[in-house]
Amino acid sequence: MTIESATASAVTTEAVTATIAEFLKSKTKAACAADTDLFAGGLVSSMFAMQLVVFLEGSYDIAIVGPDLRMDNFRTIGKMTELVLRLKDDSEAAGDPADGI
Amino acid sequence: MAEPTKTVKCLVWDLDNTLWQGVLLEGDDVQLSEETRTLLSTLDARGILQSVCSKNDFADAWERLEKLGVAEYFVHPAIGWGPKSAAVRDIAERLQFAEDTIAFVDDQPAERAEVEFHLPKVRCYAAEQLPELAGLPEFSPAVVTQDSRRRREMYQAGLRRDAERETFAGPDERFLRSLELVATIAPAGDEELLRVEELTLRTSQMNATGVHYSHEMLASLVKDPRHRVLTVTMSDRFGPYGAVGVMLLELHEHVWNLKLLATSCRVVSLGAGTLILNWIADQAARADAHLAADFRRNERNRMMEVAYRFAGYTTDTCDCLGILPPPDPSDVERLHLVPVMHDASSTVRLNAPDLRGMHGQPA
Ligand SMILES: [Zn+2]
Repeated sequence: MTIESATASAVTTEAVTATIAEFLKSKTKAACAADTDLFAGGLVSSMFAMQLVVFLEGSYDIAIVGPDLRMDNFRTIGKMTELVLRLKDDSEAAGDPADGI
Repeated sequence: MAEPTKTVKCLVWDLDNTLWQGVLLEGDDVQLSEETRTLLSTLDARGILQSVCSKNDFADAWERLEKLGVAEYFVHPAIGWGPKSAAVRDIAERLQFAEDTIAFVDDQPAERAEVEFHLPKVRCYAAEQLPELAGLPEFSPAVVTQDSRRRREMYQAGLRRDAERETFAGPDERFLRSLELVATIAPAGDEELLRVEELTLRTSQMNATGVHYSHEMLASLVKDPRHRVLTVTMSDRFGPYGAVGVMLLELHEHVWNLKLLATSCRVVSLGAGTLILNWIADQAARADAHLAADFRRNERNRMMEVAYRFAGYTTDTCDCLGILPPPDPSDVERLHLVPVMHDASSTVRLNAPDLRGMHGQPA
C-alpha cells in the first residue's frame, strides 16, 4: 500500500470522527459523543476555537476560511467531520489536493 | 542614536553579606538594613521581580527570610549548592525572561565572575552598589502602572493557579468554574489608559487591527461623546490578572463600530474574548444597533478572526455600513453582525456598565 492511498483511506466518516474525538479528549479531559454540543456549557474560548481550526487544517491538509469558520461547523464532532469531508471533496474535485491553498 | 537602556525585569540577590549582613552558616544573627528593606519594596513597586540565589541550606535560609518578613518578595528562590550561573539561568527560564533582562547582585567577585562568564548578558552588580541601584536607569521603568505595582502578586497568583490546574482531575470547564472568575468592564480613566496603551502594544495575537493607539489619542477619544473607551480587568480566587482587555467603540444610531478590541493572551483561554464579544452584542441588540468590527489580518491575529467568526460576524454587506466613515487605515475590513441578546455567562461573573447610559445618549 502506498502512502498516498493510506492517507486517502483515512478520510472516512468513522476515521475522522474517531480522530477528532481523541483530540477533544486530550484537550478537555472529557469524552463526548458525536452529537454532544461542545459549546452548550459556557464560553467558548477563542483559544479553544483556534486549536480546533488548526488541528483540523493540519490533520487533513485543508484550509478553513471565511464563512466556513462559523461556530455551527464546529459545534459537534459530527459537524466537524462533515466540514472536513466537504472541504476534502472540494479540494479533490479541484484536482489540487493540497498545494493550491 | 544610543539604544535606550533595557529595563531589568528581575533582580537576583545573593544572601550572605549582600541582602543581609552576616553569614548564616557561621551562626551569625543576620541583619537586614532599613536601606535594603526600602530597596526591596521600591523595586517591587516598580514591577521588577526579585529572586534569591544563595549557597545555603534551603530550609534555614528561607525560614530566615520569612522571619525577616521579606520572603514574599522573592519568586523561584534558588538556595542550594550548585553553581550560581546555573541557578540564575534556571530562574530566567522559569520566568521566561531573556537573559539580558536579569540582574544579579553578590558581594563575592568570584561568584559575579562565574555568572558573567556563563551568562554574559546578565548584568552583575557588587553589593557595594546597592545604595545607588534604585537610581540607575535600568532599574527605573518609564511607566509604572497599577499592574506593574501588582506584577509580583499577579505572578504568584499565576503560579498557584497553574499548580492547581496541574492537579485538577476533572474537565477544563469544571476547573474554570472553580476559579470563580470575575470580569469588570469600565470606562477608561487616566491610569487605565496607560495600561491600555501597554496592552495594545503587547497583545499581538488577539488584536483585531494591529493599530497602535497612542495614549494621547485614546485620551482625546475618552472625551468624545460618540466614542467609548473601555477596559476589562479580571480576577479569580487566586488573585488579580490585572488589565486584560480594551475596546474602542464609535456609536452611531443604527450601527456601532468596534474599532479596536485587544485581549491579553493570559486570559484568552478563560473565554475572555468571547465574554467581551457577547457583552457588546447584547448591548448593541438592546440599542437596536448593528455591529461593524474593524479587522485587519496579519500573520499573528488569526485567532481574532476566528473569535469574530465564531461570534457570528460575516463579510456580508448591509446598509448600516454605508453610514460609517471609511476605515482608517484603508485596508481594514469591516465584519458585520446583526446582534442578539445574550444570557449571562455561567463561568464568569461580569460587572459592566450600560453603554447607552454613559455620557448621555449618542446622536
Ligand atoms: Zn447592518
